[in-house]
Amino acid sequence: MSCDNLEKALEQIPYAKLLGVQVSLQAGQPQFYLPYAEHNIGNILLPALHGGVIGGFLENAAVLHLMWARESAGIPRIVDFSIDFLRSGKPLDLYGQCEIVRQGKRVANVLMTAWQDDRSKPVAMARAHFLLN
Amino acid sequence: MNDLWLPVANPAFFAQVGPWFMALPHCKTLGLELVAAEKGKVTLKLPFKPELIGNPETRVLHGGVVTSLIDTSSGVALYTLLMQPEAAATLDLRIDYLRPAKPDLPLYCTAECYRLTESVAFTRATAYQDDPTKPVAHSVATFARTSSPTDN
Repeated sequence: MSCDNLEKALEQIPYAKLLGVQVSLQAGQPQFYLPYAEHNIGNILLPALHGGVIGGFLENAAVLHLMWARESAGIPRIVDFSIDFLRSGKPLDLYGQCEIVRQGKRVANVLMTAWQDDRSKPVAMARAHFLLN
Repeated sequence: MNDLWLPVANPAFFAQVGPWFMALPHCKTLGLELVAAEKGKVTLKLPFKPELIGNPETRVLHGGVVTSLIDTSSGVALYTLLMQPEAAATLDLRIDYLRPAKPDLPLYCTAECYRLTESVAFTRATAYQDDPTKPVAHSVATFARTSSPTDN
């Protein structure tokens, strides 16, 4: 799947549009990008991005990464999602990349990482299982 | 309105902190509402909105929306046990997606803080629509208390 197709797929997902997710190819792999927006804040005292925004961003990234890797228009169905929050998400742009750990006939396991200004200091890492169509 | 918060640890505190959570920018974007609270337990409502769809063909809610609802509900649940303001950060959150969320219906989440220590809160939550016995998602999470006054 080309970057154009990834962008088109992203355009079709209302919640991804609401968050403001963008995508590009970096070294041949999709990299997801969430420009900072005030509506994604979940803690006004720190301030910090909402944990659900970081989770939703990564979950969405995993769905699109799978569609890209499988050259498939079908949207994979999420079975479970587990996220570790390693640092608070600062009011800055957020980046995400995924890795398919294992893809079987029916189920795929995907690892996701989110970072901000320093890639070596991830704000969250997540893993999920998806049912493939 | 205040009566709703009466059984919580500190009704006056929770009457402030509950609405404060709902007014956070992303919670407002989603349209979250606090519908019930008692000591250790809250229920939040997420009204259906087309912007929250994850699959345009089936119009099923995006999993990320469910994540935000569960994360917020679980966090608010721990504040029903607190006497005064303090910060808490989600350490980890795990969600099992049991069935797709049907379009055009609100999604509810009942979250429970079932163990609160000096430094950590343990929570579990269920998200459901018209039938609480047919949950859309089940979740467990832990939160780090960044300050723990000796009021518990």
